[in-house]
Amino acid sequence: MSSSADLTWFARHEIRLAWREGLAMLTAGRKGRKRTAIIGLIVLAAVLHLPAYAVIGRFADLQEPLDKSTLIVITATILLAWALMLSQAIESVTRVFYARADLDLIMSSPVALAKVFSVRIAAIALQVTAMALLLSTPFVDVLVFGGGWRWLAAFGVVFAIGLTAAAVAIAVTVVLFRLIGPGRTRLVAQILAAVIGAGFVIALQVAAIVSYGTMSRFAVLTSDAAAVFAPALDSVVWWPARAALGDGEALLGLLAGGLVLLGAVMAIFSPRFADTVVSASAKPATARQGSRATAFRAGSRQQALRWKEFMLLKRDPWLLSQSLMQLLYLVPPALLLWKSFADSDAALVLITPVIVMAAGQLAGGLAWLTISGEDAPDLVATAPLPASRVTRAKIEVVLIAIAVIFAPLLLALAWAAPLQAAVTASGIIVAAVSATAIQLWFRVQARRSQFRRRQTSSRFATFAEAFSSIGWAATAVLAMAMPIAGLISGLLTAAIVAVTWKISPRRV
Amino acid sequence: MKPDQSALALRGLTKRFDRLAVDALDLTVRTGEFYALLGPNGAGKTTTLRMVAGLLRPDAGSVSVLGIDALADPVAAKQVTAWVSDEPMIYDKLTPLEYLAFVAGLWGISPELSERSARDLLVSLGLEPHLHERCEGFSKGMRQKVALAGALVHDPRLIILDEPLTGLDAVSARHVKGLLGDRVRSGCTVIMTTHILEVAERMADRIGVIASGRLIAEGTLSELRQRNGRTDTSLEDMFIALVDTEAAAA
Repeated sequence: MSSSADLTWFARHEIRLAWREGLAMLTAGRKGRKRTAIIGLIVLAAVLHLPAYAVIGRFADLQEPLDKSTLIVITATILLAWALMLSQAIESVTRVFYARADLDLIMSSPVALAKVFSVRIAAIALQVTAMALLLSTPFVDVLVFGGGWRWLAAFGVVFAIGLTAAAVAIAVTVVLFRLIGPGRTRLVAQILAAVIGAGFVIALQVAAIVSYGTMSRFAVLTSDAAAVFAPALDSVVWWPARAALGDGEALLGLLAGGLVLLGAVMAIFSPRFADTVVSASAKPATARQGSRATAFRAGSRQQALRWKEFMLLKRDPWLLSQSLMQLLYLVPPALLLWKSFADSDAALVLITPVIVMAAGQLAGGLAWLTISGEDAPDLVATAPLPASRVTRAKIEVVLIAIAVIFAPLLLALAWAAPLQAAVTASGIIVAAVSATAIQLWFRVQARRSQFRRRQTSSRFATFAEAFSSIGWAATAVLAMAMPIAGLISGLLTAAIVAVTWKISPRRV
Repeated sequence: MKPDQSALALRGLTKRFDRLAVDALDLTVRTGEFYALLGPNGAGKTTTLRMVAGLLRPDAGSVSVLGIDALADPVAAKQVTAWVSDEPMIYDKLTPLEYLAFVAGLWGISPELSERSARDLLVSLGLEPHLHERCEGFSKGMRQKVALAGALVHDPRLIILDEPLTGLDAVSARHVKGLLGDRVRSGCTVIMTTHILEVAERMADRIGVIASGRLIAEGTLSELRQRNGRTDTSLEDMFIALVDTEAAAA
């Protein structure tokens, strides 16, 4: 086979793998769901046009020349999309380094590794860009319908920033390998991906709330202060914004820049990619010490199970960060509530739903880890204790963890408002128990490392868990402000949980 | 327990998935015996052993472990049984010593008894340099040894092993075989599936051959040879002949 034929064949192979991985994520790996998943995706894309219209419809008439505030808003939106793409690209690169089972096969084959890894880098870029194009389609459609064909250039912008995001992700990951070694890179890259994805939005929201008391990201971006610090109108910084509006010159520049950057990364890092992959596979994890065997020796069999769960949680910073990341998203609303009502008695009351919601979400994640994410299911199943006691021990772990995390908050609240603390504590307990029960009813045996993909096993359970947490949060706050409304909200949420139980495959 | 009691008695054991995996299987393993269960891929060996270990519920039949009805009182049966699968599943974030301490805790073994036993087991399997390292960096062979040590730490009376030598180097395999031999000599019963027929030939007191979920031959090596009509036949030749005959009959 000629060199170019080699590359074409390998590119096809990479695209097929990416397609099947994507499909497996949509269908939770179950056969016969392909058609449903594709129809669902099309319906979702169609439905997404409505929120897209609500968010972006009013900008369709934008024309050059633009003022600084508008340029800042468009550029920040593009930067946000880029940050999300970067986050996804870092995840993809890490997966290629650590999780692809075909590396031994590829590296033991007689193909030129630099060329093969160039294709793999290009495939990562394409995968990231394709996903971004897919997600941006409803928004661009709305702009095209409202403002004309010139907005089609926005697809070009998405493509260009997808290429740069992939290039930066590869460079960052390879540099991390060199600096901190393969063992730490996996953890750092995964946390980095999650923080980049969430951090930009949260930082903007926090800045907006602190400065203007609103959750709108545009408040900061359209402020006079932002305009003063922004570069001049003819700066290249505004090229992405101008390109999105249909400026051909800016678009060509952007596309050329993206391609050159990706090409440079491929040229520089492809030959090193093989070495990096070898390092990662040769040293999958650092040999870390531990000497807490005594912890298992005191107490009952359930005690041993509980200790095991706590120890595994404590020793897996990635899982901990993934679980606690959910709490990060609650910072902006909490801050907004606090800021909005700081001078009134309502300020403290509005903290309750945030805490209850956080407890429900966190309990759901922890419950999945302890109940479904059992790495040695045969060992636990063959242990001489009834399955009900194993389940009870695992549920206790979730509730103890929630109690430990939220007890300081509740104590502080009790000092300021004892009745509210009691209501909040009740809300936390009910939300945590509901989320844990939902995970129990929908449990599916899985590896703990699949934590990020737990939602794909049952989307119904994911939505039920979210609605339950939201419902109990609303119930808690209404119970203090309007008891009758609180009662109705509580009954509705209980009904959601009951319906979930009725539909679940494992009623207990 | 009566002195002549069987370690394992299966009667009419049946399990069906998409097809019949185990077909009204009758099998008896005597106390203190090393029993090798052989069969081609998909014969029903693992399904049978998973039902004995309490990991699968049979559709029909009975399972008696050392006189205990394992279906009626699974906890009592599990207390005296150990199970090791071909795919070692251990906790990456625990050290071998911690893993064994956890297993001992699950089986309710007193710390004084389990601590020394755990260390001795791991040392005898060549894991002494790694006692305090987390298992996340271990090779498959090392993980298999940790899983095996975990199965032995609670001093089971019946040890069920599904392909325990897969992934082990020659030295480790010899360690494992020595350890299992010692257990049998001390009165423990071992049931093992393996595709390495030399191991069955050299270690097993009796051999059972299973195909299509049914026991098609059973006995000591010499009994099987006598049945085959040739005293110089290897187990491999007998096994292939038995499986071919069964396939032709089916």
